[in-house]
Amino acid sequence: MTALHRGLLGAALAILVALPAVLGSRALSVFVFIFFYAYLGQAWNLVSGYGGQLSAGHAAFVGVGAYTTTMLAMHAGVSPWLGMFAGAALAALLGAVVGFLGFRFGLRGFYFVLLTVAAAEVCRIVALNTDAVGGAVGLYIPFTGNAWQLQFQDNRGYYYVALALMLLATGVVALVERSRLGAYLMAIREDEDAAEALGVDTLRYKLVALVLSAFLTGLGGAFYANYLFSLQPNAVFGIPLSVDIILRPVVGGSGTLMGPILGSFILSPLAELSRTYFARAGLVGTHLVAYGLLLIAVVLFLPRGAYPPLARALGLGRPR
Amino acid sequence: MPLLEVRDVEKRFGGLQALAGVSLTVEAGEIVGLIGPNGAGKTTLFHLVSGFLAPDRGTVRLAGEPTAGLRPHALCQRGLARTFQIVKPFQALTVLENVRVGALVRASRYAEATARAREVAAFVGLGAKADQPARTLTLAERKRLELARALATEPRLLLLDEVMAGLNPTETGQVLELCRRINARGVAILLIEHVMRAVMTLSHRVVVLSQGRLIAEGAPAAVAGDRRVIEAYLGEEYVDQA
Repeated sequence: MTALHRGLLGAALAILVALPAVLGSRALSVFVFIFFYAYLGQAWNLVSGYGGQLSAGHAAFVGVGAYTTTMLAMHAGVSPWLGMFAGAALAALLGAVVGFLGFRFGLRGFYFVLLTVAAAEVCRIVALNTDAVGGAVGLYIPFTGNAWQLQFQDNRGYYYVALALMLLATGVVALVERSRLGAYLMAIREDEDAAEALGVDTLRYKLVALVLSAFLTGLGGAFYANYLFSLQPNAVFGIPLSVDIILRPVVGGSGTLMGPILGSFILSPLAELSRTYFARAGLVGTHLVAYGLLLIAVVLFLPRGAYPPLARALGLGRPR
Repeated sequence: MPLLEVRDVEKRFGGLQALAGVSLTVEAGEIVGLIGPNGAGKTTLFHLVSGFLAPDRGTVRLAGEPTAGLRPHALCQRGLARTFQIVKPFQALTVLENVRVGALVRASRYAEATARAREVAAFVGLGAKADQPARTLTLAERKRLELARALATEPRLLLLDEVMAGLNPTETGQVLELCRRINARGVAILLIEHVMRAVMTLSHRVVVLSQGRLIAEGAPAAVAGDRRVIEAYLGEEYVDQA
């Protein structure tokens, strides 16, 4: 990275920090979604983008994090700021179980994808049928506007928390990229047998990546709950959320540090705006059509995502 | 004590007896050529020794220690490295990044592995291509990369599965020379090779497999004239002509 690039990055950050001073609440909410989905995409990127272990069930970790944090807040009065770590730990535990089952028994490719989908579906069905967590009605979180409850009077608070989450995950991925874990994950993604032959304990490193990814995703669940104030099994454990998590890094460039962020800047506004305006016009679900078309375009024209060609154009060298 | 000791290993795939009781040893610092017609069980033997397959019967010992139950990465940590007949480069990674994966087994720090990887890439003649993605390499370069990665793990025993196949005579000569230099560093080599000129000039000892059995073993010249070897390769009718 040259001084110019570092300068550009600094300027972009400064703009993001200053934006709430000029933007209205409605526009800020779009940014909250951009940051939040970039955060989830970055967590997914660790295990699936770098490690090549495709998860299509990451909603499971969002849901476990969200439900755990909310139950602890409602029934034990635990602040979500603390409860989120319990939620993330439980999500990590779920990740460990799924990873152990999948990796120990050598599930690769589509079979691992199906396992992750099944895990999320099991969570969804269990939550739907458990009255203690609200069943199909789900949980409604009373609004207090108290920052200690991870709730804010206006969108500026959520904006900064979501921005911090995105930067945190990006920092974690940047560190992983330049470490043994990152080198091993990319080797596993490229050729698992060759990695194993070169001394990489592939089972262990795949598991580490999934557990770390699940932990971060679980943390995000706490934010999700306290931004939307309600949790329904079909929403937080559902396949649509899992797909939403995957789409951003894929469109932006999976296995690259900036891919999930770029992808979220492309897709999240589109999703939010079309959801709002098309739905108002009675065209419910149109944003899904827009998604579909965009995804087809990306697969056709940018098979490695939007970031690699952009990085080349900016002279950033070979993108990761 | 031999560095590698394979004793009476058997392996069956359904109705196919791939190995029917094979024993062989490799001493420290030795180069052993493993030859035999297609389907003789050579690659299966490599898979058993490197931990990718478990034998149905028999034992494999590395430096006296039984290797049963050890996965390939654990064997690599104990000083055994292998290449694959069909090369398996990490396509999206650069040459340096490919080699670094191997170097990380011995290095305690990431930067140390990077420095080590640069040395090894230069040693195999890929120094100028260190920052190119592996997918841009020619077949000959990919074979060198395969060697470099294995070498970066600092093995005591290197298993080479047809590293010269598909190369032209000049390239074969270069790889041959590379193998000699690796061996001169004290690394024992067990190689599967169909390029006979290479096997016969490089190996201290040659072992011949046919239909899952060891049919001959000895100095290269003696094995080349062995009646059973000619028969296995060319068929009975050629034995007297040879």
